[in-house]
Amino acid sequence: MIVDALAKLGRDTISATATTGRAGLVLFNALWAAPDVKKNSPLLIKQLQVVGVQSLAIILVSGLFIGMVLGLQGYTILVGYGAENSLGPMVALSLLRELGPVVTALLFAGRAGSALTAEIGLMKATEQLSSLELMAVDPLRRVIAPRFWAGMISMPLLALLFSSVGIIGGHLVGVEWLGVDSGNFWSVMQAAVDLQDDVMNGVIKSFAFALVVTWIAIFRGYDCIPTSEGISKATTQTVVHSSLAVLGLDFVLTALMFGE
Amino acid sequence: MSNRKVEVLVGAFIAAGIAAFLFLALSVANTGSLSNGETYRLYAKFDNIGGLKVRSPIKVGGVVVGRVAEINLDTQSFMAVVSMDISKDYKDFPETSSISILTAGLLGEQYLGLEPGFMMDGIETLGEGAYIQDTKSALVLEELIGQFLFSQNGDD
Repeated sequence: MIVDALAKLGRDTISATATTGRAGLVLFNALWAAPDVKKNSPLLIKQLQVVGVQSLAIILVSGLFIGMVLGLQGYTILVGYGAENSLGPMVALSLLRELGPVVTALLFAGRAGSALTAEIGLMKATEQLSSLELMAVDPLRRVIAPRFWAGMISMPLLALLFSSVGIIGGHLVGVEWLGVDSGNFWSVMQAAVDLQDDVMNGVIKSFAFALVVTWIAIFRGYDCIPTSEGISKATTQTVVHSSLAVLGLDFVLTALMFGE
Repeated sequence: MSNRKVEVLVGAFIAAGIAAFLFLALSVANTGSLSNGETYRLYAKFDNIGGLKVRSPIKVGGVVVGRVAEINLDTQSFMAVVSMDISKDYKDFPETSSISILTAGLLGEQYLGLEPGFMMDGIETLGEGAYIQDTKSALVLEELIGQFLFSQNGDD
Protein backbone atom coordinates (compact mmCIF):
# COMPACT_ATOMS: atom_id res chain seq x y z
CA MET A 1 0.00 0.00 0.00
CA ILE A 2 2.87 2.33 0.80
CA VAL A 3 4.50 1.22 -2.41
CA ASP A 4 1.32 2.01 -4.30
CA ALA A 5 1.24 5.53 -2.82
CA LEU A 6 4.90 5.98 -3.73
CA ALA A 7 4.24 4.76 -7.25
CA LYS A 8 1.33 7.22 -7.60
CA LEU A 9 3.51 10.08 -6.38
CA GLY A 10 6.22 9.10 -8.85
CA ARG A 11 3.74 8.73 -11.70
CA ASP A 12 2.21 12.16 -11.00
CA THR A 13 5.62 13.81 -10.80
CA ILE A 14 6.77 12.26 -14.06
CA SER A 15 3.57 13.22 -15.88
CA ALA A 16 3.67 16.79 -14.51
CA THR A 17 7.28 17.18 -15.63
CA ALA A 18 6.48 15.71 -19.05
CA THR A 19 3.48 18.05 -19.43
CA THR A 20 5.60 21.09 -18.56
CA GLY A 21 8.21 19.96 -21.05
CA ARG A 22 5.65 19.45 -23.81
CA ALA A 23 4.11 22.86 -23.08
CA GLY A 24 7.54 24.47 -23.38
CA LEU A 25 8.24 22.60 -26.63
CA VAL A 26 4.90 23.64 -28.18
CA LEU A 27 5.58 27.30 -27.45
CA PHE A 28 9.24 27.11 -28.45
CA ASN A 29 8.59 25.35 -31.77
CA ALA A 30 5.70 27.67 -32.59
CA LEU A 31 7.73 30.82 -32.02
CA TRP A 32 11.27 29.73 -32.90
CA ALA A 33 11.27 30.79 -36.51
CA ALA A 34 11.80 33.97 -38.46
CA PRO A 35 8.31 35.42 -38.86
CA ASP A 36 7.12 35.54 -42.47
CA VAL A 37 5.19 38.80 -42.35
CA LYS A 38 3.57 38.48 -45.77
CA LYS A 39 2.29 34.97 -45.23
CA ASN A 40 1.37 35.22 -41.55
CA SER A 41 -0.19 38.65 -41.15
CA PRO A 42 -3.59 37.63 -42.64
CA LEU A 43 -3.67 34.75 -40.14
CA LEU A 44 -2.76 37.09 -37.28
CA ILE A 45 -5.42 39.63 -38.27
CA LYS A 46 -8.05 36.88 -38.41
CA GLN A 47 -7.07 35.79 -34.87
CA LEU A 48 -6.98 39.39 -33.57
CA GLN A 49 -10.57 39.65 -34.75
CA VAL A 50 -11.59 36.43 -32.97
CA VAL A 51 -9.56 36.90 -29.80
CA GLY A 52 -9.49 40.69 -29.43
CA VAL A 53 -12.37 42.40 -31.19
CA GLN A 54 -14.95 39.82 -30.16
CA SER A 55 -13.88 40.12 -26.49
CA LEU A 56 -14.39 43.87 -26.62
CA ALA A 57 -18.07 43.89 -25.65
CA ILE A 58 -17.68 41.87 -22.43
CA ILE A 59 -14.56 43.84 -21.42
CA LEU A 60 -16.13 47.26 -21.95
CA VAL A 61 -19.41 46.41 -20.22
CA SER A 62 -17.72 44.80 -17.19
CA GLY A 63 -15.19 47.65 -17.00
CA LEU A 64 -17.97 50.22 -16.92
CA PHE A 65 -19.89 48.41 -14.20
CA ILE A 66 -16.83 47.68 -12.06
CA GLY A 67 -15.85 51.36 -12.26
CA MET A 68 -19.37 52.39 -11.27
CA VAL A 69 -19.40 49.99 -8.31
CA LEU A 70 -15.99 51.27 -7.20
CA GLY A 71 -17.29 54.83 -7.39
CA LEU A 72 -20.37 53.99 -5.35
CA GLN A 73 -18.65 51.88 -2.69
CA GLY A 74 -15.66 54.22 -2.46
CA TYR A 75 -17.91 57.22 -2.02
CA THR A 76 -19.98 55.69 0.80
CA ILE A 77 -16.80 54.79 2.71
CA LEU A 78 -14.78 57.95 1.98
CA VAL A 79 -17.63 60.36 2.72
CA GLY A 80 -17.58 59.13 6.33
CA TYR A 81 -14.11 60.65 6.68
CA GLY A 82 -14.96 63.73 4.66
CA ALA A 83 -12.45 62.48 2.11
CA GLU A 84 -14.73 62.07 -0.90
CA ASN A 85 -12.25 64.11 -2.95
CA SER A 86 -9.94 61.07 -2.82
CA LEU A 87 -12.50 59.09 -4.83
CA GLY A 88 -10.59 59.76 -8.08
CA PRO A 89 -7.27 58.25 -6.99
CA MET A 90 -9.02 55.35 -5.27
CA VAL A 91 -10.91 54.37 -8.41
CA ALA A 92 -7.97 55.01 -10.77
CA LEU A 93 -5.32 53.24 -8.70
CA SER A 94 -7.39 50.16 -7.95
CA LEU A 95 -8.27 49.83 -11.64
CA LEU A 96 -4.82 50.53 -13.06
CA ARG A 97 -2.85 48.45 -10.58
CA GLU A 98 -5.09 45.46 -9.92
CA LEU A 99 -8.59 45.21 -11.30
CA GLY A 100 -7.80 46.21 -14.88
CA PRO A 101 -5.15 43.56 -15.60
CA VAL A 102 -6.61 40.82 -13.36
CA VAL A 103 -10.30 41.02 -14.27
CA THR A 104 -9.40 41.39 -17.95
CA ALA A 105 -7.26 38.25 -17.73
CA LEU A 106 -10.02 36.29 -15.98
CA LEU A 107 -12.65 37.38 -18.51
CA PHE A 108 -10.21 36.72 -21.34
CA ALA A 109 -9.57 33.19 -20.05
CA GLY A 110 -13.30 32.53 -20.00
CA ARG A 111 -14.21 34.27 -23.24
CA ALA A 112 -11.22 33.70 -25.54
CA GLY A 113 -9.06 31.07 -23.80
CA SER A 114 -11.79 28.44 -23.65
CA ALA A 115 -12.66 29.08 -27.31
CA LEU A 116 -9.01 28.67 -28.34
CA THR A 117 -8.75 25.35 -26.49
CA ALA A 118 -11.98 24.01 -27.92
CA GLU A 119 -11.08 25.08 -31.46
CA ILE A 120 -7.59 23.58 -31.42
CA GLY A 121 -8.87 20.47 -29.61
CA LEU A 122 -11.53 19.88 -32.26
CA MET A 123 -8.93 20.40 -35.00
CA LYS A 124 -6.93 17.65 -33.35
CA ALA A 125 -9.95 15.36 -32.89
CA THR A 126 -10.99 15.72 -36.53
CA GLU A 127 -7.36 15.15 -37.58
CA GLN A 128 -7.02 18.54 -39.26
CA LEU A 129 -3.67 19.03 -37.53
CA SER A 130 -2.42 15.70 -38.88
CA SER A 131 -3.65 16.61 -42.38
CA LEU A 132 -1.69 19.86 -42.21
CA GLU A 133 1.40 17.86 -41.30
CA LEU A 134 0.77 15.51 -44.23
CA MET A 135 0.73 18.57 -46.49
CA ALA A 136 4.10 19.58 -45.05
CA VAL A 137 2.59 22.57 -43.23
CA ASP A 138 3.77 22.87 -39.64
CA PRO A 139 0.56 23.15 -37.55
CA LEU A 140 2.52 24.83 -34.76
CA ARG A 141 3.51 27.66 -37.09
CA ARG A 142 0.24 27.81 -39.00
CA VAL A 143 -2.29 27.32 -36.18
CA ILE A 144 -0.61 27.95 -32.82
CA ALA A 145 1.70 30.91 -33.47
CA PRO A 146 -0.95 33.39 -34.81
CA ARG A 147 -3.26 32.56 -31.90
CA PHE A 148 -0.48 33.10 -29.37
CA TRP A 149 0.54 36.47 -30.79
CA ALA A 150 -3.08 37.57 -31.06
CA GLY A 151 -3.49 36.90 -27.34
CA MET A 152 -0.26 38.72 -26.48
CA ILE A 153 -1.32 41.80 -28.47
CA SER A 154 -4.99 41.84 -27.46
CA MET A 155 -4.77 41.43 -23.69
CA PRO A 156 -2.79 44.60 -22.81
CA LEU A 157 -5.02 46.66 -25.12
CA LEU A 158 -8.12 45.15 -23.55
CA ALA A 159 -6.77 45.87 -20.05
CA LEU A 160 -6.07 49.50 -20.97
CA LEU A 161 -9.59 49.85 -22.36
CA PHE A 162 -11.00 48.20 -19.24
CA SER A 163 -9.22 50.68 -16.95
CA SER A 164 -10.22 53.70 -19.07
CA VAL A 165 -13.86 52.72 -19.22
CA GLY A 166 -13.80 51.92 -15.49
CA ILE A 167 -12.47 55.37 -14.64
CA ILE A 168 -15.19 56.91 -16.80
CA GLY A 169 -17.73 54.73 -14.93
CA GLY A 170 -16.34 55.95 -11.59
CA HIS A 171 -16.59 59.53 -12.84
CA LEU A 172 -20.17 58.90 -13.94
CA VAL A 173 -21.26 57.71 -10.50
CA GLY A 174 -19.00 59.87 -8.35
CA VAL A 175 -19.28 63.20 -10.15
CA GLU A 176 -22.48 63.12 -12.18
CA TRP A 177 -24.61 61.27 -9.67
CA LEU A 178 -23.18 61.70 -6.15
CA GLY A 179 -21.81 65.20 -6.63
CA VAL A 180 -18.07 64.93 -6.03
CA ASP A 181 -16.42 68.03 -7.50
CA SER A 182 -15.29 67.29 -11.06
CA GLY A 183 -12.11 69.38 -10.85
CA ASN A 184 -11.08 67.71 -7.60
CA PHE A 185 -11.83 64.25 -8.99
CA TRP A 186 -9.40 64.71 -11.90
CA SER A 187 -6.70 66.84 -10.26
CA VAL A 188 -6.32 64.70 -7.12
CA MET A 189 -6.25 61.66 -9.39
CA GLN A 190 -3.53 63.17 -11.57
CA ALA A 191 -1.47 64.05 -8.50
CA ALA A 192 -1.68 60.47 -7.20
CA VAL A 193 -1.26 58.41 -10.39
CA ASP A 194 2.20 58.01 -11.83
CA LEU A 195 2.73 57.03 -15.47
CA GLN A 196 5.72 54.78 -14.77
CA ASP A 197 4.70 53.24 -11.44
CA ASP A 198 1.01 52.73 -12.00
CA VAL A 199 0.10 52.76 -15.71
CA MET A 200 3.20 50.99 -17.03
CA ASN A 201 3.29 48.42 -14.20
CA GLY A 202 -0.31 47.57 -15.03
CA VAL A 203 0.67 47.09 -18.69
CA ILE A 204 3.59 44.84 -17.69
CA LYS A 205 1.20 42.81 -15.54
CA SER A 206 -1.21 42.32 -18.40
CA PHE A 207 1.61 41.18 -20.71
CA ALA A 208 2.55 38.54 -18.11
CA PHE A 209 -1.08 37.43 -17.78
CA ALA A 210 -1.44 37.32 -21.58
CA LEU A 211 1.55 34.97 -21.80
CA VAL A 212 0.20 32.65 -19.10
CA VAL A 213 -3.44 32.55 -20.26
CA THR A 214 -2.74 32.17 -23.98
CA TRP A 215 -0.03 29.61 -23.41
CA ILE A 216 -2.24 27.45 -21.18
CA ALA A 217 -5.16 27.77 -23.64
CA ILE A 218 -3.25 26.74 -26.77
CA PHE A 219 -1.30 24.00 -25.02
CA ARG A 220 -4.41 22.45 -23.45
CA GLY A 221 -6.03 22.38 -26.88
CA TYR A 222 -2.98 20.99 -28.64
CA ASP A 223 -2.35 18.39 -25.93
CA CYS A 224 -5.95 17.25 -25.34
CA ILE A 225 -7.18 13.69 -25.71
CA PRO A 226 -8.90 13.81 -29.14
CA THR A 227 -12.37 12.77 -28.04
CA SER A 228 -15.43 14.85 -27.16
CA GLU A 229 -14.82 14.08 -23.50
CA GLY A 230 -11.15 15.05 -23.79
CA ILE A 231 -12.01 18.39 -25.38
CA SER A 232 -14.54 19.19 -22.68
CA LYS A 233 -11.98 18.32 -20.00
CA ALA A 234 -9.28 20.41 -21.69
CA THR A 235 -11.60 23.43 -21.93
CA THR A 236 -12.45 23.20 -18.23
CA GLN A 237 -8.77 22.86 -17.38
CA THR A 238 -7.93 25.95 -19.42
CA VAL A 239 -10.35 28.14 -17.49
CA VAL A 240 -9.48 26.71 -14.05
CA HIS A 241 -5.70 26.62 -14.51
CA SER A 242 -5.36 30.02 -16.15
CA SER A 243 -7.60 31.72 -13.56
CA LEU A 244 -5.57 30.24 -10.70
CA ALA A 245 -2.29 31.07 -12.45
CA VAL A 246 -3.39 34.68 -13.02
CA LEU A 247 -4.40 35.19 -9.39
CA GLY A 248 -1.22 33.59 -8.04
CA LEU A 249 1.04 35.45 -10.45
CA ASP A 250 -0.74 38.69 -9.61
CA PHE A 251 0.27 38.38 -5.96
CA VAL A 252 3.91 37.75 -6.94
CA LEU A 253 3.98 40.67 -9.40
CA THR A 254 2.28 43.01 -6.92
CA ALA A 255 4.80 42.07 -4.24
CA LEU A 256 7.66 42.74 -6.68
CA MET A 257 6.27 46.01 -8.03
CA PHE A 258 4.57 47.71 -5.09
CA GLY A 259 5.94 45.88 -2.03
CA GLU A 260 8.89 48.30 -1.60
CA MET B 1 -17.26 38.00 -42.79
CA SER B 2 -15.25 39.60 -45.58
CA ASN B 3 -11.55 40.09 -45.20
CA ARG B 4 -11.89 43.85 -45.57
CA LYS B 5 -14.37 44.10 -42.71
CA VAL B 6 -12.12 42.03 -40.43
CA GLU B 7 -9.19 44.30 -41.18
CA VAL B 8 -11.23 47.43 -40.42
CA LEU B 9 -12.49 45.98 -37.13
CA VAL B 10 -9.00 44.94 -36.03
CA GLY B 11 -7.63 48.35 -36.97
CA ALA B 12 -10.35 50.05 -34.94
CA PHE B 13 -9.58 47.76 -31.99
CA ILE B 14 -5.85 48.59 -32.03
CA ALA B 15 -6.62 52.31 -32.42
CA ALA B 16 -9.05 52.17 -29.48
CA GLY B 17 -6.37 50.45 -27.36
CA ILE B 18 -3.80 53.12 -28.19
CA ALA B 19 -6.39 55.84 -27.48
CA ALA B 20 -7.04 54.25 -24.07
CA PHE B 21 -3.32 54.31 -23.31
CA LEU B 22 -3.07 57.97 -24.31
CA PHE B 23 -6.12 58.79 -22.16
CA LEU B 24 -4.52 57.04 -19.16
CA ALA B 25 -1.11 58.60 -19.78
CA LEU B 26 -2.24 62.16 -20.43
CA SER B 27 -5.48 62.59 -18.54
CA VAL B 28 -5.25 60.19 -15.59
CA ALA B 29 -1.54 59.97 -14.79
CA ASN B 30 0.66 62.72 -13.49
CA THR B 31 2.81 63.64 -16.46
CA GLY B 32 5.41 65.18 -14.17
CA SER B 33 5.59 68.74 -15.48
CA LEU B 34 8.73 69.45 -13.48
CA SER B 35 10.47 66.10 -13.83
CA ASN B 36 11.67 66.63 -17.41
CA GLY B 37 12.69 70.30 -17.35
CA GLU B 38 16.11 71.70 -16.54
CA THR B 39 16.75 72.05 -12.82
CA TYR B 40 19.40 73.34 -10.45
CA ARG B 41 20.30 72.00 -7.03
CA LEU B 42 19.91 73.79 -3.69
CA TYR B 43 20.58 72.44 -0.20
CA ALA B 44 19.15 73.18 3.24
CA LYS B 45 19.93 71.80 6.68
CA PHE B 46 17.13 71.05 9.14
CA ASP B 47 17.10 69.88 12.75
CA ASN B 48 14.00 67.81 12.06
CA ILE B 49 12.34 67.09 8.76
CA GLY B 50 9.22 65.43 10.21
CA GLY B 51 7.39 63.55 7.47
CA LEU B 52 9.13 65.14 4.47
CA LYS B 53 9.78 62.67 1.67
CA VAL B 54 11.75 62.48 -1.54
CA ARG B 55 9.63 64.03 -4.35
CA SER B 56 7.76 66.27 -1.88
CA PRO B 57 6.96 69.58 -3.56
CA ILE B 58 8.73 72.90 -2.92
CA LYS B 59 6.35 75.83 -3.10
CA VAL B 60 6.75 79.58 -3.30
CA GLY B 61 3.48 81.27 -2.40
CA GLY B 62 1.65 78.01 -3.17
CA VAL B 63 3.21 77.56 -6.63
CA VAL B 64 5.26 74.36 -7.06
CA VAL B 65 8.78 75.34 -8.20
CA GLY B 66 10.65 72.11 -7.56
CA ARG B 67 10.84 68.79 -5.75
CA VAL B 68 12.95 67.23 -3.02
CA ALA B 69 15.68 65.14 -4.69
CA GLU B 70 17.45 63.51 -1.74
CA ILE B 71 17.37 63.49 2.05
CA ASN B 72 20.59 62.60 3.90
CA LEU B 73 22.02 62.93 7.37
CA ASP B 74 25.15 65.06 7.77
CA THR B 75 27.40 62.86 9.92
CA GLN B 76 29.36 65.88 11.27
CA SER B 77 26.51 67.99 12.63
CA PHE B 78 23.87 65.22 12.72
CA MET B 79 21.44 67.47 10.89
CA ALA B 80 19.24 66.41 7.99
CA VAL B 81 20.46 67.71 4.62
CA VAL B 82 17.67 68.11 2.09
CA SER B 83 18.72 68.37 -1.58
CA MET B 84 16.22 70.17 -3.77
CA ASP B 85 15.86 70.29 -7.54
CA ILE B 86 14.41 73.69 -8.49
CA SER B 87 13.21 74.38 -12.02
CA LYS B 88 15.49 76.71 -14.02
CA ASP B 89 12.36 78.74 -14.80
CA TYR B 90 12.49 80.02 -11.22
CA LYS B 91 15.96 81.29 -10.36
CA ASP B 92 17.67 84.25 -8.70
CA PHE B 93 16.16 83.77 -5.27
CA PRO B 94 18.11 86.07 -2.87
CA GLU B 95 20.37 84.36 -0.33
CA THR B 96 18.30 85.90 2.47
CA SER B 97 15.42 83.57 1.53
CA SER B 98 14.11 81.26 4.23
CA ILE B 99 12.71 77.78 3.89
CA SER B 100 10.37 75.95 6.25
CA ILE B 101 8.67 72.59 6.41
CA LEU B 102 4.91 73.08 6.27
CA THR B 103 1.91 70.79 6.26
CA ALA B 104 -0.90 70.90 3.70
CA GLY B 105 -4.00 71.03 5.85
CA LEU B 106 -4.19 69.66 9.37
CA LEU B 107 -3.17 66.09 8.55
CA GLY B 108 -1.93 66.49 4.97
CA GLU B 109 1.35 65.81 3.26
CA GLN B 110 4.37 67.86 4.24
CA TYR B 111 6.04 70.21 1.76
CA LEU B 112 8.76 72.83 1.73
CA GLY B 113 7.71 76.49 1.71
CA LEU B 114 10.36 78.79 0.24
CA GLU B 115 9.97 82.43 1.31
CA PRO B 116 12.01 84.80 -0.89
CA GLY B 117 13.97 87.31 1.21
CA PHE B 118 14.73 90.97 0.60
CA MET B 119 16.98 92.02 -2.23
CA MET B 120 19.55 94.81 -2.09
CA ASP B 121 23.08 95.56 -3.21
CA GLY B 122 25.70 93.18 -1.87
CA ILE B 123 23.27 90.32 -1.44
CA GLU B 124 23.90 87.45 -3.82
CA THR B 125 21.38 85.09 -5.37
CA LEU B 126 21.13 81.37 -4.71
CA GLY B 127 22.88 79.49 -7.51
CA GLU B 128 23.72 75.85 -8.22
CA GLY B 129 24.79 74.03 -5.04
CA ALA B 130 24.06 76.87 -2.61
CA TYR B 131 22.89 76.27 0.96
CA ILE B 132 19.81 78.09 2.25
CA GLN B 133 20.88 79.33 5.71
CA ASP B 134 17.56 80.33 7.25
CA THR B 135 15.59 77.13 7.86
CA LYS B 136 12.64 76.27 10.07
CA SER B 137 12.11 72.65 11.06
CA ALA B 138 8.91 70.69 10.91
CA LEU B 139 6.40 71.05 13.69
CA VAL B 140 6.17 67.73 15.47
CA LEU B 141 2.81 67.36 17.15
CA GLU B 142 4.16 65.33 20.10
CA GLU B 143 6.77 67.98 20.89
CA LEU B 144 4.14 70.73 20.75
CA ILE B 145 1.89 68.81 23.14
CA GLY B 146 4.89 68.16 25.39
CA GLN B 147 5.76 71.86 25.48
CA PHE B 148 2.15 72.76 26.15
CA LEU B 149 1.92 70.34 29.07
CA PHE B 150 5.26 71.54 30.41
CA SER B 151 4.16 75.18 30.33
CA GLN B 152 0.86 74.25 32.00
CA ASN B 153 2.79 72.56 34.81
CA GLY B 154 5.02 75.61 35.13
CA ASP B 155 2.03 77.83 35.91
CA ASP B 156 0.96 75.81 38.94
